[in-house]
Amino acid sequence: MVVASLGQPLLYLLVLGFGFGPVFQKAGNGSYLQFVAPGVIGMSVLFTSVFSGIGLLWDRQFGFLKETLVAPVPRITVMIGKTLGGATVATIQGLLVLIICLIAGFRPVSWATLPIALVFMILTAIVFAGLGMAIGSTLQDMQGFQLIMNFVVMPIYFLSGALFPLTGLPSVLSFLTRIDPLSYGIDGLRSVLLGASQFEPALSLAVLGGVSLLFLALGGYSFSKIQL
Amino acid sequence: MEWLKMIKVENLVKRFGEVAAVDDVSFEVDAGEIFAFLGPNGAGKTTTIKMLTTLLKPTGGAIEIDGLDPAKQSYEVRKRFGIVFQDPSLDQELTALENMDLHGVLYHVPRKVRHERTEMLLKLFELWERRNAYVKEFSGGMKRRLEIARGFLHTPKILFLDEPTLGLDPQSRNQLWTHVKNLNETEGVTVFLTTHYMDEAERVADRLAVIDHGKIVAQGSPDELKQQTQTDSLEGAFLALTGSTIRDEKGSSADQMRQIAKMWRR
Repeated sequence: MVVASLGQPLLYLLVLGFGFGPVFQKAGNGSYLQFVAPGVIGMSVLFTSVFSGIGLLWDRQFGFLKETLVAPVPRITVMIGKTLGGATVATIQGLLVLIICLIAGFRPVSWATLPIALVFMILTAIVFAGLGMAIGSTLQDMQGFQLIMNFVVMPIYFLSGALFPLTGLPSVLSFLTRIDPLSYGIDGLRSVLLGASQFEPALSLAVLGGVSLLFLALGGYSFSKIQL
Repeated sequence: MEWLKMIKVENLVKRFGEVAAVDDVSFEVDAGEIFAFLGPNGAGKTTTIKMLTTLLKPTGGAIEIDGLDPAKQSYEVRKRFGIVFQDPSLDQELTALENMDLHGVLYHVPRKVRHERTEMLLKLFELWERRNAYVKEFSGGMKRRLEIARGFLHTPKILFLDEPTLGLDPQSRNQLWTHVKNLNETEGVTVFLTTHYMDEAERVADRLAVIDHGKIVAQGSPDELKQQTQTDSLEGAFLALTGSTIRDEKGSSADQMRQIAKMWRR
């Protein structure tokens, strides 16, 4: 499953990385592959972690959710376990994409910063696995899935600065990028992997930490209210 | 002497919008009793079980499980019961053994006991040879047998069985009820069951209640119900109490299986 879901990030990396590369370079912004690699890693972490939470829908559809909801285990424990499980898979996926980026020619400014990049990936994964749990707990059937995909997940991705720099944007767009938690995850990755960022790395860490707590609380609350 | 009440339900109501799925239902189940909850499709049996097992919050009325309120003390209540659901609830991506083990972990069954009981139950329901096969590769009957084996892994105070024999062959049904009787007699487990097979209810239940359109229409022992309706079989009593019109119901997978089974029996 992990390998199968590498297709989309790979496509983004190769098509956008090499396709937009010459234009990006002509505009004096350096290598687009270098720029887009943290964005593709962030995308991979975002999609995998959100879908792990929304995966509750499958548990609901196939009945397995009932088994966990009637067990003598506090629901918050089940929710945190599921969130951390999803976040772990998403982080592993992010690492695999990082390896693919390295094979494709991406080079971090320093290998010593990789552990800090891992911290950013873990926090980003927890943020969006928590959000996925909050959404998955409220969705009743598969019909809402497409809605969430089009109106929540894709905007989060496209507004995060994964594909374009966050400088010089119209004020509305600039505001939207600043309230998007993924912006801080990807910008944090850029800061440690490329040495260039829009926000202070400490600010990105603080935002991701705070939002992860918020989404865990939101996910925990939604999960505790599930009725079947 | 007054028997200890394991389940007490008073004026229970559950509404979904305008529809009252359960409408002012009251009954009691003594500790150590086998109680059958019978009714046609869509009568409110599963909704009642869901409220008793903390999966649904009632709209009105009161429930006590071993003296506890499921709405306020859900965690404590969950420690006291085990359940075999009407619809599938296995993880298809795990093996039979992994499903059993996960259940044991969720119910805090010590590792040694968990392994011993898993082996005993999988052998009892003739699944031991396929213990390492993925559930998604199982036939419908095998999945059902595994659900039941899993439900028996821990020894709860109360066992809820929601149409446990649906889709089972006579041999497996016999094994199931023999095991239920044995658990009830040796461990004192209180059993609350629903079934559409009247012969099974008559065979195992001490007392039963019949629910129709969300309301209890009769309660008592099988003999009392037969006497009350002046019929000579429990099926006759059931039809006399609930009528012979086929009920419409939203088709869950379990209901569809039941309809297909009915068609084939004709």
